[in-house]
Amino acid sequence: MPPLLEVDDLQVHFFIDEGTVRAVDGVSFSLEQGKTLGIVGESGSGKSVIGQAILRIVPSPGQIVNGRILLQVDEKENLQQQTLDLVTIDPRGALARSIRGSDISMIFQEPMNSFSPVHTVGSQIMEALLIHSDVSKAEARNQAIEMLHRVGIPQPENRIDAYPHQLSGGMRQRAMIAMALVCRPRVLIADEPTTALDVTVQAQILALLKELQEEFGMAIIFISHNLGVISDISDDVLVVYFGRVMEQAPVKDIFDYPLHPYTQALLRSVPGIDTPVRTELATIEGTLPDPLAYIVGCPFYGRCTECGGDSVCRDQPYELTKVSPEHFVACPRMCIKL
Amino acid sequence: MSASDILIEVKNLKKYFPIQKGVFKKVVGHVKAVDGVSFSIRQGETLGLVGESGCGKTTVGRMIMGAYRPTGGEIWFQTPDGGPRLNLAEMTPAQMRPIRPHIQMIFQDPFASLNPRMTVREILAEPLIVNKVAKGAALEGRVRELIELVGLKVQYLTRYPHAFSGGQRQRICVARAMALYPRLLVADEPTSALDVSVQAQIVNLALEIQNKMGLAYLFISHDLGLVRHFSQKIVLMYVGKVVEYAPAANLFGKPRHPYTEALMSNVPSVRSDFVSHKIILKGETADPINPPPGCAFHPRCVYAQDVCSREEPLLREIGPDHVVACHFSEALDLNGCDALGCAI
Repeated sequence: MPPLLEVDDLQVHFFIDEGTVRAVDGVSFSLEQGKTLGIVGESGSGKSVIGQAILRIVPSPGQIVNGRILLQVDEKENLQQQTLDLVTIDPRGALARSIRGSDISMIFQEPMNSFSPVHTVGSQIMEALLIHSDVSKAEARNQAIEMLHRVGIPQPENRIDAYPHQLSGGMRQRAMIAMALVCRPRVLIADEPTTALDVTVQAQILALLKELQEEFGMAIIFISHNLGVISDISDDVLVVYFGRVMEQAPVKDIFDYPLHPYTQALLRSVPGIDTPVRTELATIEGTLPDPLAYIVGCPFYGRCTECGGDSVCRDQPYELTKVSPEHFVACPRMCIKL
Repeated sequence: MSASDILIEVKNLKKYFPIQKGVFKKVVGHVKAVDGVSFSIRQGETLGLVGESGCGKTTVGRMIMGAYRPTGGEIWFQTPDGGPRLNLAEMTPAQMRPIRPHIQMIFQDPFASLNPRMTVREILAEPLIVNKVAKGAALEGRVRELIELVGLKVQYLTRYPHAFSGGQRQRICVARAMALYPRLLVADEPTSALDVSVQAQIVNLALEIQNKMGLAYLFISHDLGLVRHFSQKIVLMYVGKVVEYAPAANLFGKPRHPYTEALMSNVPSVRSDFVSHKIILKGETADPINPPPGCAFHPRCVYAQDVCSREEPLLREIGPDHVVACHFSEALDLNGCDALGCAI
């Protein structure tokens, strides 16, 4: 059986006056039902654009220039095939709209910006239901209350009529999760959903997401810059840098046996229990390459301390190589040795 | 340890913000942003001030800077070179002026804290000119010294802030703060807007400068891992009050307040060989306008008993330099970092 969602050689480029920004440059992965894929990267790595491309909401001047995004869909009216390539559909069309919110939902970092401030939370959750499923208004309201209850909002029958500004940050994020999940999507894209929250609330939200995943069986794409959060929630992890996947592996392998020098450097730069206090932390020297540059080889070339400026790394075309059944790495130096 | 070693001593510091309503701005209540905070920082020491958003940690920093006037309490500052000890809380802005060079601040957002219309040279020279410290060739020499201190090139002096990355801008902020040889640097979430690799660079820079210049830091952060790495002493705040104040090793090794324990257990870890025992708290941080009676933490506390909702626990010393505000500190056997399996 094919995976629920399969992304194959996705390229999203932004065409600006100064040139082309290759925000996503050949990313592939697949996602099984009930599993969580963590996408981790620093700011500007293109991790959010991957999520936007799947929902077909890449902002202008960005365009999907290559690749396929294959989603397994249920039989819909005037749609026969089981596998739908989201790249080929019209992003403004009825089909794309019927997928957003019902098959694939998204939650964002700052819930205050994702809710309409002039509508109640309840009416926005009900809107999703009324559009995507054939329910009466009263039924939709009941389901919205049930969903708010499910995400841990106290007194949901009162809170449903609250405006977003009347809720606290954590409650708003819970309400947004309720809105995203009310139509029982099979894929949830969570783009930095806990970054704006305190650690105690972050722990609550992560626990809630895991619980709801078990109950509803949806797959989650969890995008974050926080390695700890990614390690907490993911089954598989993609490490992205400069629009490319540098390493892909099950969560345990990424954090216990990181192979790519970039992954290793990222992990070293966070102070942990083994770091003696008040000592120098390992850093990654230099900065991200110029976003307009086209780099054939390893984009980490020049900052990497392992390769020592090996010209192989600069010139060998980028390729993700399988090093074990589930572990992929894009390090020319390492892959040539294999 | 002599008393003159103490650079700054904060005693029972309070800041209440009035809540105004109606056309006549009638005061209907107060937000107790900071409600009785005490701690001290020695020369050259780092104190970590930790807490969740809205707990008042930034307000404490701003009162020390003189940006807010405290509602109550004292801030005793030891002026350098054997000068007098002054209570900053009672001083007028004019009286504060000669003290300001000794206390400097860096902020969370390096994009907002540099004037986009000034070159780096102008930014770094401004504090020197305003305080009439240097001019002419001496000014230029000091500016060059500062930019090199933070690891940037002298050629960058002619550029504007927009030409720099977040990490480089934060370096410029550090250089500007160092211009007048401060004795205390208040760093309010200095790395929260930065990527982890850049965060490590700024932490290293801060440690290097501290070793070189021997100044003290008040390091305000919500990141427990970073605070543990950086600080000798830690103050943990919850809804305007200190819940625990201890040397870093004691606080992480053997916390005495349930909130400390829960907060530590909630830090996500990258180590799969640590089995973490997360204590998921109920609810969210209490509302500082209307805090719960008794201990402000009791509605979320897993160990709460009846007395916690009636009587407010007072801060008391339970060990050497270890201060805690909990009725049951001795009775509870709380887990430290190792037992909780958190790898921070």
